[in-house]
Amino acid sequence: MAESRTSTVESPSGAEAAQARYRLMRLSRRFEETVHEQFHEGNVPGPLHLSIGQEAVAVGAISPLRVSDAVLSTHRGHHHCLAKGAKADRLMAELLGREPGYSRGRGGSMHVAIPDIGLLGTNGIVGAGIPIATGAAYGMQAQGRDDVTVCFFGEGATGTGAFGESLNIAALWKLPLVFICENNQYVELTPQSVHVAGEIHRRGESFGMPGVKVDGNDIDEVLAAVGDAVARARAGEGPTMIEAVTYRWFGHYAGDKAAYRESDEVEQWRAKDPLVRSRAKLDAAVADELDASAEAEIQAALEFALNSPITGPDSLALDHLATT
Amino acid sequence: MTATTETAQTRSLKTWQGINQALTEEMERDERVVLVGEDVGRPGGPYGVTRGLLDKFGGLRVRDTPISEAVLVGLGVGGGAVGLRPVVEIMFFDFAMIAMDQIVNQAAKFRYFSGHSMPLTIRTMCGAGGPNGAQHSQNFEAWFCAVPGLKVIMPSNARDAKGLLKAAIRDDDPVLFIETLGILPTRRDVPVDEDFVLPIGVAETRREGTDVTVVAIGRLVDRALEAAETLAEEGISVEVIDPRTLSPLDTDALVASIRRTGRLVTATEATAPCSIGSEVCALAVENCLSELKSAPVRVASPFINVPTPVPLAEWRAPGPDAVADAVRKVMQG
Ligand SMILES: Cc1ncc(C[n+]2csc(CCOP(=O)(O)OP(=O)(O)O)c2C)c(N)n1
Repeated sequence: MAESRTSTVESPSGAEAAQARYRLMRLSRRFEETVHEQFHEGNVPGPLHLSIGQEAVAVGAISPLRVSDAVLSTHRGHHHCLAKGAKADRLMAELLGREPGYSRGRGGSMHVAIPDIGLLGTNGIVGAGIPIATGAAYGMQAQGRDDVTVCFFGEGATGTGAFGESLNIAALWKLPLVFICENNQYVELTPQSVHVAGEIHRRGESFGMPGVKVDGNDIDEVLAAVGDAVARARAGEGPTMIEAVTYRWFGHYAGDKAAYRESDEVEQWRAKDPLVRSRAKLDAAVADELDASAEAEIQAALEFALNSPITGPDSLALDHLATT
Repeated sequence: MTATTETAQTRSLKTWQGINQALTEEMERDERVVLVGEDVGRPGGPYGVTRGLLDKFGGLRVRDTPISEAVLVGLGVGGGAVGLRPVVEIMFFDFAMIAMDQIVNQAAKFRYFSGHSMPLTIRTMCGAGGPNGAQHSQNFEAWFCAVPGLKVIMPSNARDAKGLLKAAIRDDDPVLFIETLGILPTRRDVPVDEDFVLPIGVAETRREGTDVTVVAIGRLVDRALEAAETLAEEGISVEVIDPRTLSPLDTDALVASIRRTGRLVTATEATAPCSIGSEVCALAVENCLSELKSAPVRVASPFINVPTPVPLAEWRAPGPDAVADAVRKVMQG
């Protein structure tokens, strides 16, 4: 299914590319809505962190990348996975605890790593992808490749010590690295004001790297900023810090009613829906077609997952070592 | 030693030199091997272990880092994920505490989640042996043996250090390679062959005996051998086994020896609670209960932190006498 979709949108310009990006956003939205339903059906044997409302950041940021570029994701990473080229059916299978899932159904959404397509991991440890991204960028530099690493993290992760360590090393070594903070305003159950001092996009400045703040609900703005940062990184000019301001529509995890937020606030942000905004730039008939094709892909993915065997204890002993 | 007496087979080296040779040879053999750590470049580390590598391999492959232990291991995990075979040096084992997440939750899980190899070697140094004090001398090897997905190696001499470090670097799994400070200056004959690679997961019987099995690791191996000499004069025949790899542990070899002798002493520089010694005693009880002629005894450092003054630190570490006393005790029991 959907084998025709390229793993990344190689060319960020042109009408076709814009359509592909819109389709990917729609696919991500429908993917999460569908697993959310499955969660309430009792079919998701693990926690689920939805990023509905944030699709423009992932798709905009990953669009300028190649398969050989690396992405480090977070605990809220379905959209990063799909944008980097994870197949919706296998990702769905993973979340539903099925054998054909990327981690044979034993990992769940926080433990997806597909190195063959440059997806070096979602992560259950907040901030842990940041040092790994620094290492991936170092690996590319040491091998003389002109590949780059894009590192996603939430505003909450900026409180971890290794965040500062990574900025220092990335700037010192001029690593081909793009730091992207998806500032969705909440850190678990508290507003970012409880967690973050100062402005995140300026945190890079004291290490000598450019800091850019963008409207994370505007895919074109994200794309332009990340495109520049990726070009800078490929040219050997070092890392960039990007803060994409966005909002998560739902609670921290599936089941969290998010009573800590005012409904006005949620409504205001829903009105800035990144999907509606980018759909408005497309021909309506084309957009309808893209919606239909994304929908078909999701339905097929769900069917594939539900028809696949549930992971049993047999596969749990599996190979945590390559050699014993 | 002249070139002529230096046979084609072996050459006498100090342990730190054996490690240096292993790094040099593996970096020459495979350009994906890189070395990152604090002071690994020009200074060659606090004990000169990495001396000369920067000049040979350049600043991209031998990379001095800031004091950022968490990211140091992250550099290895990320580098390993994109095609390097990184060797990360954590100067003292004590500092691995700062990098715990990257070692335990990231490196050791990568294959489990992705199915892909993680050819990362983390080198570190443990134990007393200088005026380094309580935050620069600790033995945490057992902690890491509790982590699935990680291999743990602790050599006891220059020969094994070279052969096992080469194995670690060639291995496709994350390996924690623990160098014992106490053995860095000791000498052994080391094979010159560039493909001298010892197998991971295989124990070595360092002395055969029939009355008591002593399972010793790291610095305690030579001390146990010394004790065995003394005990031989008293008519006690001691078998000394060096597991060399702590995870996976060569349980077959250990169990076979304990069954044969019926008596067990373990000897580690770590403190006893939850140590490798405890693990081996548990193995003996689980597998050899009917053959055991007396209760196993653990020789370990007293359960106190390491003092800074060298004489006090040396007093704390178990010596040959402590091993000999324990053997006499199990012989009576
Ligand atoms: C090291 C660590 N501490 C705490 C947690 C629990 N936790 C999970 S998600 C989260 C909030 C993360 O917030 P942020 O980085 O802003 O990302 P967001 O959830 O907003 O996408 C926390 C504290 C964790 N998983 N890891």
